[in-house]
Amino acid sequence: MKNFKKVIVLSLISILLLSAVGCTTEPENKVLRMSTTTSVNDSGLMAYLQPAFEEATGYTLEITSAGTGAAIEKGRMGDADLLLVHSKSAEEEFIAEGFDEVRVPFMYNFFVIVGPADDPAGVAGSATAAEAFQKIADSGSLFISRGDESGTHNKEIAIWKSIETEPSGQSWYVSVGQGMGQTLTVADEMQAYTLSDKATFLAHEDALVMHLEETDDMKNTYSMIVVSAKRFAESNVAGAQAFVDWIQTEQARKMIAEFGVAEYGEPLFFNLD
Amino acid sequence: MELINTITDLLFGSDPELRQIIAVTLRMSLFSTLFSSLIGIPAGILLGANNFRGKRVLTRLVNTLLGLPPVVAGLIVFLLLSRSGSLGNLKLLYTVNAMVVAQVLLITPYITAMTANLVGVNAATINETLAGVGIRGTKRLKYFLLDFRVPFLTIVLAGFGRSIAEVGAVQMVGGNIQYKTRVMTTAIMMQTNMGRFEFAIALGIVLLLISLLINSVVFRVQKVTADD
Repeated sequence: MKNFKKVIVLSLISILLLSAVGCTTEPENKVLRMSTTTSVNDSGLMAYLQPAFEEATGYTLEITSAGTGAAIEKGRMGDADLLLVHSKSAEEEFIAEGFDEVRVPFMYNFFVIVGPADDPAGVAGSATAAEAFQKIADSGSLFISRGDESGTHNKEIAIWKSIETEPSGQSWYVSVGQGMGQTLTVADEMQAYTLSDKATFLAHEDALVMHLEETDDMKNTYSMIVVSAKRFAESNVAGAQAFVDWIQTEQARKMIAEFGVAEYGEPLFFNLD
Repeated sequence: MELINTITDLLFGSDPELRQIIAVTLRMSLFSTLFSSLIGIPAGILLGANNFRGKRVLTRLVNTLLGLPPVVAGLIVFLLLSRSGSLGNLKLLYTVNAMVVAQVLLITPYITAMTANLVGVNAATINETLAGVGIRGTKRLKYFLLDFRVPFLTIVLAGFGRSIAEVGAVQMVGGNIQYKTRVMTTAIMMQTNMGRFEFAIALGIVLLLISLLINSVVFRVQKVTADD
């Protein structure tokens, strides 16, 4: 009797396993290593997209996140098959190394300038981020810089350059060399201004207030780069390409457009046309 | 070869930042070791050399604190010193002093436990000898300090080693602020996060060199005292 039960259970398991195999065409290398910038990971976007992608393609996504500089470096070291980053200059530098890689811009959002509620520098109402930075420099208000060569840090440097100001070494300029979340914590504690991506700021708990958003000079474009097999033969190019294709499907675009709406009343990321 | 160039350039080159980072690191580690030793060694002697009610409970408590994860120590100090924390008006967060506070919290149990262990093993004989010449109570402290000065130095040095190598707590309460609270370990973390591995390795080697230097000094001190 016992044996009979065992046989039934075993055959049921085998049937289930076999049917699961039949469902998706099995990719050869199932593990896709993705190196992303902190903002898409910390905001929860990747965790939200991951199951849908895995179900649609049969790949297993392994995500590591770091500042854009480090995220791209993982591609250089052969520790990632796909990069999802947001710093045009750093991306172009990577591609210029000549392995026939392409960057695929696919979504954007905006940086925001956040600071203490009483806005001592009077940043609110500025027409551009450059104008706001000028006010911060003029008033000598504390400003916290990521200082970690991330996409956000590169953007910040570009804005300082546009107003021909060298903030490094100034008494009001604090460089912390940390991720966005920790930088916001420091800004909150020191009652200082900082430049943040909107998604991370909304997800972070602090008493800071958003003083400026959606100016033209604060657009933040996210791109994907498939790490070429010419760089590393074992790079999972097929898997990376599957993600690039999937993220541009109607299903994925709809998911991105809806992400964050329920929680924050507005989308955190926008699809590029 | 390139690595050696990077290291020499870091140490002796035109950029003063590394020398500044080393200075902050040493200042933080020296002060935390000093305060931890001033508390931990007397406390350890008292705990190890005496039999009293509650000794076992106290020993267990010290040993528990020994296992305090650095990030938990960092979290406690962060919450205390935070703007909204109970000691927020001291404005200590993101200063070297805050880092010293967190380190003292971490290293004092270590020095206390090591001292108590060391003293405890020999306490009975020494107590007997001292009692024979009429020295009792807190007066014994001096003799314990003199007797164990060389192993104490080793304990203090191990405490210093812990302090200089710690990263989690000092990152949280120091904030890794450039020119202010950035120390060797947080700088290595940061460089690694930025993908600048060569720079990080160079910093790591500098950290090892400092450790070697201090150990050599202590070795000489031990040798000199042994020769006496």
